[in-house]
Amino acid sequence: MRFTRSTAVAALAVAALFSASACSADETAAASKDVEVFTWWADGGEKAGLDGLVAQFGTSCADYKFVNGAVAGGAGTNAKAVLASRLQTNDPPSTFQAHAGAELSDYINAGQVEDISAEYATWGLTSAFPKGLIDNITVDGKIYSVPANIHRANVLWSNKTVTAKAGITKDADTLDGFIADLDKLKAGGVAAPLALGKDWTQVMLLEAVLISDLGADKFTGLWNGSTDWKGADVTASIEKFKKLLTYTNKDRDTLDWTDAEKSIMEGKAAYQLMGDWEAADLDAKGFKDYGYSVFPGNGSTFQWLADAFVLPKGAKNVDGTKCWLKTVGSAEGQKAFNSKKGSIPARTDVSSDGFPAYQQAAMADWKSAKQVPSCAHGAACSQGFQGAIVSAAGKFSSDGNVAALQAALAAVAAQFAGKK
Amino acid sequence: MLVYGLIGWTINLSMQDRHNARDSKGFVGLDNYTKLFTDDINDRFLHSLKNLLIFTAVFMIGTLVLGMIWALLLERGARAEGIFRTVYLFPMAVSFVASGVVWRWLMNPGQDDNSGGINAIFHGFGLDFLQNPWWTDPDWGMAAMAVPAIWQLAGYVMALFLAGFRGIPDELREAAAMDGATTYQLYRRVLFPQLTPTVLSAMIITGHMSMKMFDLIMSVSGAQWITEVPAVYVWQTLLTSDYAKAAAISVFLLIVVAIVVVPYLVNVNRAEKRSS
Repeated sequence: MRFTRSTAVAALAVAALFSASACSADETAAASKDVEVFTWWADGGEKAGLDGLVAQFGTSCADYKFVNGAVAGGAGTNAKAVLASRLQTNDPPSTFQAHAGAELSDYINAGQVEDISAEYATWGLTSAFPKGLIDNITVDGKIYSVPANIHRANVLWSNKTVTAKAGITKDADTLDGFIADLDKLKAGGVAAPLALGKDWTQVMLLEAVLISDLGADKFTGLWNGSTDWKGADVTASIEKFKKLLTYTNKDRDTLDWTDAEKSIMEGKAAYQLMGDWEAADLDAKGFKDYGYSVFPGNGSTFQWLADAFVLPKGAKNVDGTKCWLKTVGSAEGQKAFNSKKGSIPARTDVSSDGFPAYQQAAMADWKSAKQVPSCAHGAACSQGFQGAIVSAAGKFSSDGNVAALQAALAAVAAQFAGKK
Repeated sequence: MLVYGLIGWTINLSMQDRHNARDSKGFVGLDNYTKLFTDDINDRFLHSLKNLLIFTAVFMIGTLVLGMIWALLLERGARAEGIFRTVYLFPMAVSFVASGVVWRWLMNPGQDDNSGGINAIFHGFGLDFLQNPWWTDPDWGMAAMAVPAIWQLAGYVMALFLAGFRGIPDELREAAAMDGATTYQLYRRVLFPQLTPTVLSAMIITGHMSMKMFDLIMSVSGAQWITEVPAVYVWQTLLTSDYAKAAAISVFLLIVVAIVVVPYLVNVNRAEKRSS
């Protein structure tokens, strides 16, 4: 009796299983039109930008249905953790967000994303994107991602009132001129004229100094292994970086970039090096009195980073994903996305009408400037490379040991640079 | 069963040459472990161990001393004991993440005109010499990091001690009083020796908690060099897909915790068998 009862239960369970799988079979049939877009854009300007893209996707890819796979929180760390487990279990979303450039190399090496260089030609992206960008994102002659936007990393933001008070009338265009300005500010009673935050923002500053000292080509070479990290010119740059740290706030390791930005808004500091998302943030916080310039000595170098979308291997709806990627790369899609997110289109043929003043200036620069990638944001280096450099910069912030930092950077580069 | 399976899987992973998202390139034995000590850039692992050591020492001593003082005060018969017990125990109900956010503000390292949190209080009272950089100090910052942890768990240690005191039969006190023992002698010779097992369990509990400390540090300072401990380092290496290294650090931590906890468990087990 007991036996039969348990058999009945088992049979019931099996039946339930079957019906469940029947359900999911139905769903897959219906789901073939779904394009699951995996991002960490869950709120603010990022969500607005995504909504703009989705609206565009709705008109140009009416056959397909957008499914929002956003995972919020942790500036993308939560999403990356979820993504890693989905990729490992062969359950990739239709497309996912990643930083264009070397940060993708982990996915490329693992064979988790598809080569889409053929689509680049058909969609006309090869000519629409500047050559510098195409060179930076090409791996062994293949391209794996479509950048949705461009951010600039090497921008120096300032509080106009504070600089005017110290008698600075013109933005410095060399590092030495910049240091002279910082001295003026210090003499005028601004104790820490250069606002700085914790480790990764310090890496951004170090990168900007390296661009000034080494120039665009040698700087790009640092990441692909053709420039030697042990060189005397790198030592000189690190010395200058150390000097710049003496003009910064001592509590830098406790501050995120928005905390450092606050001291600009309050007039406690005059300058901050930060990516161009600062413009959108200052505007949103109602602070109008800001100036911007390329980091002194960077000349016409445009240090970029970009959010991009990829075609994962084993994606369920390849045609739908391609339609999404095509939308992302199209002039209309880029305009819809970037006018809302506060970044600029990666294409050079999008009209700058209707963009705010800072973005119009950045779009003009993007066309004419020389493009170099940023490591602090994954365009120039893989995630492991980036993590090790950020850690080394964190140590330097507390001990200021130039030789140790250079040795560490060289060791990191030996482990990661140009490696596949 | 699942737990042991996962431990085995992790140990296996920690001996593989698997430092990116690709599959393992082969078995390398204990290489990943030796590399942690000899070939880590900036001696990052040793640095995180040193941080952990400072943190653990300060955390353990701090909770034991504070817990003991509070327990003694209550044991001596403070008024409104119930209220104090609740007040001291209450921080335990708060998650490390929530208290970390508050302590992040309290331990703001800005000084003088830029000060916030505790430093602002010192500055306000003219006690400027007491202001300090808290956890941003490169050498002893981890001691400051232990302060919120002490705040949170001293009440628990107090409860342990209080239970210890209450567990001592009144006859012992009476006998000591009959023999003419002073209060000091009563505690020194009669009550404290009885508390040894309590001290041991308090140390084991706080010790293994400190080794796994992750949430508090992440919410006070975030993951960065200056306050890095092994648990945070595991997280960082995992995020950069260095699976073998993350596994090696985790197994190392597991072994250290086991060295501390297992003899205690064995001891407790024996004691239980003896008493039954």
